[in-house]
Amino acid sequence: MEVQLQRSYLEYSKALFREGVLDAQFVELQMLRDESNPDFVMEVVTLFFEDSQRILNQLSNTLNEQSVDFKKVDANVHQLKGSSSSIGALRVRNACIAFRSFCDAQNVEGCLRFLQQIKQEYLLVKNKLEALLRLEQQIVAAGGVVPVLNDFS
Amino acid sequence: MGLAAAEAQFHVLAVDDSVIDRKLIEMLLKKTSYHVTTVDSGSKALEFLGWNEGNSDEAIFSPKNNQEVEVNLIITDYCMPGMTGYDLLKKIKESAVLRDIPVVIMSSENVPSRINRCLEEGAEEFFLKPVRLADVNKLKPHIMKTMGKETQNHENQDNDEEIVETEIQSQSQSQSQPQQTPQSNTNNNKRKSMDEGLSPDRTRPRYNNGLTVMSN
Repeated sequence: MEVQLQRSYLEYSKALFREGVLDAQFVELQMLRDESNPDFVMEVVTLFFEDSQRILNQLSNTLNEQSVDFKKVDANVHQLKGSSSSIGALRVRNACIAFRSFCDAQNVEGCLRFLQQIKQEYLLVKNKLEALLRLEQQIVAAGGVVPVLNDFS
Repeated sequence: MGLAAAEAQFHVLAVDDSVIDRKLIEMLLKKTSYHVTTVDSGSKALEFLGWNEGNSDEAIFSPKNNQEVEVNLIITDYCMPGMTGYDLLKKIKESAVLRDIPVVIMSSENVPSRINRCLEEGAEEFFLKPVRLADVNKLKPHIMKTMGKETQNHENQDNDEEIVETEIQSQSQSQSQPQQTPQSNTNNNKRKSMDEGLSPDRTRPRYNNGLTVMSN
């Protein structure tokens, strides 16, 4: 049973890497997980969700103010870029990088539009990660080992 | 001295305003068998180290637990609100009491002038984020440098090597990653993950239970 699950897991992971949703950094996180910290990946991912939601809310608020504080906007995007990079959420990270040019140009409309883009990428990676972690739980429950992708190119 | 004993553990203070990066660096350091304390700002770091504002008179220097706080290395993010990693580095190097503690800077941005500035100010290393196990494995020599200074004369090279060897031994006992080449490290990690089951028995003896997280 778990062989099938493991296969599905690997296929799912491969697809995510192929599509650029996740990158090598995510594998680094998986490799840090061990018997005394079995929930490490889950914990980091959960922190990422909470932190990102907070930042996205802040971004929304800041951009909708009468007089937009672009320094604040930039600081927020910088934070999100950092955390998405640390977790391996490549598309979110890239969206943050692209967003910064609108920010530098102090283009509120452009920023607002691009914020939607970032939100979209974030929701995508959130859904995918949740599905991935669910599969992991199933594998562990079936007594199996969660396979780690060796080659994701 | 308990230095050569298998129980010897180095204490690293990690400073980062990002909760995710704190979690990550904490795990990386624990994997390498360090005792870790994480804080979320430069000012909290200084507080932890017992530094007081306007404290040129070292007599007022009072670590939180009075002589129980010993930090062997500080690893800090560069970009932080308020006090940057660079500011923290400067304050540490300006303090007669703290300046011998090796400092490593991390940053998500690869800015050569920034890197040089930090290295010139006395940082031992500069890590580009996201930090990986291979990076953390580079920390040992910097810590050993200061341990050697504190306990032996400069002539005693042998002792230093001895200490390093013992540390590596105790590390393989505690099942953390081998410290040879970064490349083999990665392969070992992968093989390790493939072969290890998530055993129901999670009572592996660990050194570092005293984790203090001073974040808000």
